[in-house]
Amino acid sequence: MKPPPFAYHRPTTVAEAVATLADLGHDGKVLAGGQSLVPLLNMRLAAPAHLVDINRIAGLSSVSVDSGHVRVGALARHADVLREAAIPLLRQATAYVAHPAIRNRGTTVGSLVHADPAAEMPAVLAMLDGSVTLASADGTREVGAADFFLGPLESAVRPGELATSASFPIPPAGTGTAWLELSRRHGDYAMAGAGVSVTLVDGEISAARAGLISVGPTPVVVDLSPALAGDLPIVADWAGAGALAAAACDPEPDIHATAAYRRHLIAVLVARAGAAAARHAAGTGEAA
Amino acid sequence: MSTEETHLVRLRVNGVERTVEVPARRLLADALRQELGLTGTHLGCEHGVCGACTVLLDGVPVRSCLMFAVSADGASVTTVEGCRAPDGGLGPVQQAFADCHGLQCGFCTPGFITTITAYLAENPDPTETQAREAIGGNLCRCTGYQNIVAAVLRAAELSR
Repeated sequence: MKPPPFAYHRPTTVAEAVATLADLGHDGKVLAGGQSLVPLLNMRLAAPAHLVDINRIAGLSSVSVDSGHVRVGALARHADVLREAAIPLLRQATAYVAHPAIRNRGTTVGSLVHADPAAEMPAVLAMLDGSVTLASADGTREVGAADFFLGPLESAVRPGELATSASFPIPPAGTGTAWLELSRRHGDYAMAGAGVSVTLVDGEISAARAGLISVGPTPVVVDLSPALAGDLPIVADWAGAGALAAAACDPEPDIHATAAYRRHLIAVLVARAGAAAARHAAGTGEAA
Repeated sequence: MSTEETHLVRLRVNGVERTVEVPARRLLADALRQELGLTGTHLGCEHGVCGACTVLLDGVPVRSCLMFAVSADGASVTTVEGCRAPDGGLGPVQQAFADCHGLQCGFCTPGFITTITAYLAENPDPTETQAREAIGGNLCRCTGYQNIVAAVLRAAELSR
């Protein structure tokens, strides 16, 4: 099908964009990469009266390191982050986002705002305790990951607000990460997926956490330390960590997978990703 | 039919400057097909999954079903029609598809050709595994993909 009609706005500055969004209120929707929004319009699942195309606003496309954080601008494409981001977990997870053609246009910040529970970027932001900067005609505010994802496809962005960047804290030295997800075809939305980060101090696991996708209305972050802390990776109870993660989520069944299968996948994926993250931390594993 | 507001969109399509006047909701794919008569770009799913609509926007593959023409104002677009040889004959990717029987109905083929053209420009000597990975975002219902993978490798040969 074809998209329904809308009025088209193309601001050239953030100030112009937020002024326009303030005027439009609930009738305005931001267009960045469009890889999530345009399918909704094509399928007529959404019919916003106004689209505010931000692609002409300068200064929003950088991926940079800034005092211990990677800052990703609103127009940084997944492909840019895949190439340039200084955090391995961001690159590992971004490699699983759809396919190259989607990644050439879709944006990391757009994925965060879209807040799909099956999306990789919200889980990475949650695992790393990152934040999103929101601009409006009233100024700017920063919302932490814990408060940003409210429900499926629902973020904390209010009408009139434009997400201008996201900030991902760089994990401490000695941290290794891995991302694994399972989908029916490579590039599809995952039936279940997990990112794991493991921090080693003097060879022993000092911290470990997982971020899970497709198993809840928002990303599920699980502290794996109870199963792993103090152990050397070679004797660590990775299966126990997987079981801990599986018990921490309450997935919904759908046509793609039952709840029990999703929980099973989490147990397996977290165990495998945990071991891979530990190898990455020790320098013996590949940072994808 | 009510008249919708239209916008002038300037595009450099396959090396030629073109201007179209379209409503904001006109997809880039439809502007190429309807306003510009370049029907090589196909629409299979209209939600980004099948890849038949893939064109090169400023050299990189994008889903033209997920872009509005207005968003592409000022950009350079390469469609399958632009993947011909300079003399108008088959380009290396097209020739490879012919050599390897890489198509049957041909509906998915334009999206593969643009994708592979861009891929080989960055990766001129892929392994079979890399070639298979490179086409992972394009769906084909007819061929079972084996000959398309072969066509990627053959196109790399022809381009050397």
